[in-house]
Amino acid sequence: MAIVLNDTGETTVAATDGLWLSADDALRATGWTLKPEGMCQADVCVPLHADAVRHGRLDVAAFWQLLGRPVVHDSANETWVLGAGADQRNAALAGLIAPDFTLPDLAGAPHTLSALRGNKVFLSTWASW
Amino acid sequence: MPVWQQLFDGLKSERFMIVAVAEESRGAEHARQWIEQAKAEYWCLIDEDHRVADLYGMVNVPQAVWIDATGRIVRPPETAGSTDHFRLMDLATRTLAPEHQAARQAARSAYLDAVRDWVLTGQHALPNDAARDALPRITPVIALAQAHFRLGVWLRRHGNIGGGDAHLAEASRLHPDSWNIWRQAADLDEVGKASGEAFWQRVQTLGDKPYYPPPDLR
Repeated sequence: MAIVLNDTGETTVAATDGLWLSADDALRATGWTLKPEGMCQADVCVPLHADAVRHGRLDVAAFWQLLGRPVVHDSANETWVLGAGADQRNAALAGLIAPDFTLPDLAGAPHTLSALRGNKVFLSTWASW
Repeated sequence: MPVWQQLFDGLKSERFMIVAVAEESRGAEHARQWIEQAKAEYWCLIDEDHRVADLYGMVNVPQAVWIDATGRIVRPPETAGSTDHFRLMDLATRTLAPEHQAARQAARSAYLDAVRDWVLTGQHALPNDAARDALPRITPVIALAQAHFRLGVWLRRHGNIGGGDAHLAEASRLHPDSWNIWRQAADLDEVGKASGEAFWQRVQTLGDKPYYPPPDLR
């Protein structure tokens, strides 16, 4: 088993030989669906190399790198980060719509930035350190 | 935190909210005393993974983004009231000359006044083109650094200190401009280290470059 940390959270998958996953696990880890034409999300499909799929399993780390997005993992191959790409971050910012997020308060209650629409928001960071 | 509560107090009748995000990988308990002392009535959120810094390309604290009522960024990340006067501190006595203290206070007040003016009149909001020009540029190396940081914090949280520290160090090596990454890693290593001797040495290597680039609030 391996844990995949992606842009929306974390999920547990049955990984072999690095991050080779079943199509179902790949969908949960990446949000992309394996189809005959490649890996697809919404109306976009990315063709895969012939050797990227074997017996219904695919090399998700290679796919993520094919997208130009960062892949890092621990030395035991047990925890993986499929990170957001620079192009994704830049495109989101360039649209000027404040990237949304949900974070807990001190009591653990979640708060979502976009719930404040209709208000001006001063979003500031700080730290104890 | 207390100055933000003062700001909020004066603007309660407006459609306005402060969202204060603690970039705090040690978790909520390390932020609690500051939030409670400030008697904060605005949103105080805990961001163990530094997700907000990642999404907005922030590299230091405090940095702020101004967002209008339609959800549009009208001022990209910039220093939120702090100044480089701390670099003039006498390290032996940990004191700052009165004129530097006064200048620091004046800069903080000017920034808070600007936020207030924006809320009340819309002043200082940047047009779209200027806002876009002022956005941070996320490079593939920075995106990779963020992935290492995420993994490092996760591994530490799950008891793998050595493995976590290796990824935190790699994150800082890849993205040396991020004081957030370096100082958070130092704090995880040992509380207090983020503002210890290694921090001051790192600040000195900035030379003429600012630690807190001043916002352009014309």
